[in-house]
Amino acid sequence: MNMYKNTLIIIAIGISMAITSCNNGGSKKSNAGALSGNVAERVYVAPGEHDEYYGFISGGFSGQLAVHGLPSGRLFKVIPVFSVDAEKGYGFNEETKPMLETSFGSIPWDDSHHPDLSQTNGEIDGRWCFLNANNTPRIARISLSTFETEEIIEIPNSAGNHSSAFVTENTEYVVAGTRFAVPVPQRDMPIEEYKGNFKGAVSFIKIDQETGNMNLEFQVLMPGFNYDLGHPGRGNSHGWFFFTTYNTEEANTLLEVNASQNDKDFIAAINWKKALEYVEQGKFQEMKTKYAHNVYDESTHAASSEMIKTVKVLDPSQLPGLVYFLPTPKSPHGCDVDPTGEYIVGAGKLAAALTVHSFTKMLEAIDGQKFDGEAYGIPILKYEDVVAGVVQNPGLGPLHTEFDGRGNAYTTFFISSEVVKWKLGTWEVVDRKPTYYSVGHLMIPGGNSRKPWGKYLVAMNKITKDRYLPTGPEMCQSAQLYDISGEKMELLLDFPTIGEPHYAAGAAADVIAPKSKKFYKLEENKHPYATKSEKDAKVVRDGNTVHVYMTMIRSHFAPDNIEGIKMGDRVYFHVTNLEQDFDVPHGISMIGANTSELLIMPGQTETFAWEPKGEGVWPFYCTDFCSALHQEMQGYVRVSAKGSDVPLKWTLDGE
Amino acid sequence: MKTVIHYYFLVCTLFFTGACSTGGNQSTSEETAASDLTDNTPLGQASVVDNESDANILQVAIGSADHSTLVAAVQAANIEHVLVNAGPLTVFAPTNAAFEKLPEGTVEDLLKPENKQTLTTILTRHAAPGSYDIEALKKEARKGRKLYMATGDYLNVTLEGDDVYVGGAKVIASIQTSNGIINVVDDVILPKSE
Repeated sequence: MNMYKNTLIIIAIGISMAITSCNNGGSKKSNAGALSGNVAERVYVAPGEHDEYYGFISGGFSGQLAVHGLPSGRLFKVIPVFSVDAEKGYGFNEETKPMLETSFGSIPWDDSHHPDLSQTNGEIDGRWCFLNANNTPRIARISLSTFETEEIIEIPNSAGNHSSAFVTENTEYVVAGTRFAVPVPQRDMPIEEYKGNFKGAVSFIKIDQETGNMNLEFQVLMPGFNYDLGHPGRGNSHGWFFFTTYNTEEANTLLEVNASQNDKDFIAAINWKKALEYVEQGKFQEMKTKYAHNVYDESTHAASSEMIKTVKVLDPSQLPGLVYFLPTPKSPHGCDVDPTGEYIVGAGKLAAALTVHSFTKMLEAIDGQKFDGEAYGIPILKYEDVVAGVVQNPGLGPLHTEFDGRGNAYTTFFISSEVVKWKLGTWEVVDRKPTYYSVGHLMIPGGNSRKPWGKYLVAMNKITKDRYLPTGPEMCQSAQLYDISGEKMELLLDFPTIGEPHYAAGAAADVIAPKSKKFYKLEENKHPYATKSEKDAKVVRDGNTVHVYMTMIRSHFAPDNIEGIKMGDRVYFHVTNLEQDFDVPHGISMIGANTSELLIMPGQTETFAWEPKGEGVWPFYCTDFCSALHQEMQGYVRVSAKGSDVPLKWTLDGE
Repeated sequence: MKTVIHYYFLVCTLFFTGACSTGGNQSTSEETAASDLTDNTPLGQASVVDNESDANILQVAIGSADHSTLVAAVQAANIEHVLVNAGPLTVFAPTNAAFEKLPEGTVEDLLKPENKQTLTTILTRHAAPGSYDIEALKKEARKGRKLYMATGDYLNVTLEGDDVYVGGAKVIASIQTSNGIINVVDDVILPKSE
């Protein structure tokens, strides 16, 4: 009978889609409108001019973060975060290998989902971007000065770190809610005993305001539901964090059916300021666990990894006032808080309407003890007493909502492939636009802060099909840019993205661009193998290990002739780029090296290891077209037999 | 910085004046010469504003009071962008006194728009690809290697005592810049046949 019910829903959806598609059909090829209007002009950024906004678009299953300009859609950089990147040597050079360490060992890949930018007083401040790894739970912090990943912290007791990496309005915390409930601690047990035994950890990672360093301060060990997305309160609701849950049925198999049974799941409202009080009162359990904390040091140009063994855990069933459940229809996915902090939007994936809760009503309901029972000792508030309003018939498959700061909300609908604009307070739909196709998240720069820049909206689509020239079975995924400055949304641009453009964060360029670093100062380079002038270049043997202290500058290496390397040696090339000039990186690679190139920024030192495979004279060269004499930037290493008496010797131009 | 901005405007003015005459020569439709978006950045890489990186050859030259004639010549020839290029480049930079050694009126003549090509050739003859500071030049002299200049000429590098001469001009000092070397010379290096 469950199947019967689902079939009915599918038929209903089919009919609605047919109706919707009739409406859309007429406009499909009307690009004359674009040509006669000024659409092209509005996304055109002339050569030499700059975009108005940065867009940080996660790469989904690429594990990286892409930096685009808006409105042009141009791709500026792919920042390696959770996946190795041979182009930049990330995860290959000795300095960044520790960044990918986890309690499971080194992992070369992950699935990056939700970038979020640091805030001060609820406004984007341009310091850091946080990003979650979904598969092996982690959060990364990316510097918006160097545009490099500076830190990765693993999240224990979690699996599928999906409701993450969202920050509170003064960047006090970044959160991580587990998508999978799992045994905590992990143990060998029958899967079918999930219900009541598995747990869902929600983690609060404290951010050091000076360094940005992340510290897992505590976890709230929630019931074994799936924690999907979350957003912080702001303004009056600052101090609370809201997370959507699904699978409150606690099903462990065929979730597409079994997790869709309950009429309502919950939005969990966690009072994190209360949690801090409990932590201070010592009302936590110190649980044994294991998670990696990896930090890249900008002064040594190298990362280190530390394994941490304990975590503080709070039990909400024993700590009154810590968590409340707000009933929300049908497997809510997106959980978005409006700029004022009053409204919490829950988008039930399977719901026919959008539910909006009121923070004020929630506090009143808590005060008035308006409970509708409890779940695992956590009070469930009465739906009628917390709901602020419902957006009726908005579309099919609601997912995510962002805001323009002018009292409007914009929600994406996966099944009906559209963005729908509606009004906060009156809940009326005022506009809708198709997307191409099957939109997931949307992003308005600053759209989940107190102060959105409500000019553009970026819709991120899962399906591309016929939007671009075909490239075989795999098509790039795509984003679409809409102008939302007027009453009606206007589609301006399609642009391709890397991996899956899962979610994005954006900010006005002037919040970030002026702080962008131009190069690393040589005098501040504290790498233990840095070579700060050609005079200091040398080769040092220590048993079978050889350290080459090498420099690079336009257009030569020092040294560029090395002799006395023997079979069986492990040779570390520690290469320092002596340039002190913006945008003059050099690269280096050695024939047969079982690793990537190094791509070294001015003032930086990086290292690759090379084990010669044969006697002979083996060349290396600069891999980044650096200068007019780039092709001359090269050198040789002579490799002799194991017992050979060829002395260790290094030269540049015979000296 | 003020100096840089001052020169920037001066150079812009020079350029636009120059651009009109060039346009007229090249274009079939005289006044309505096709303008494209390269007009947005007439100075090329020389218009990059960067107060943090080490100074490049052009910036160092502009900052040197002893090289105002050379800078004026570079600007008259519209080759500033060459001196900020990734290089590496070695520039032999005659001092103002070196230019004053030329017959009277020579510099004034060279700065005239109609002599732009001659001026460009003379200046380009002062630039060599690669990084040769005074020590490297001495090594060139000891090894008997000639210096290949951007015009395609080879110049003799010779030693007299501790002094090194390139194309007959004495190198007074070497200055390391971000994109190459400036060797200050006490003579303008002119082709021997002329």
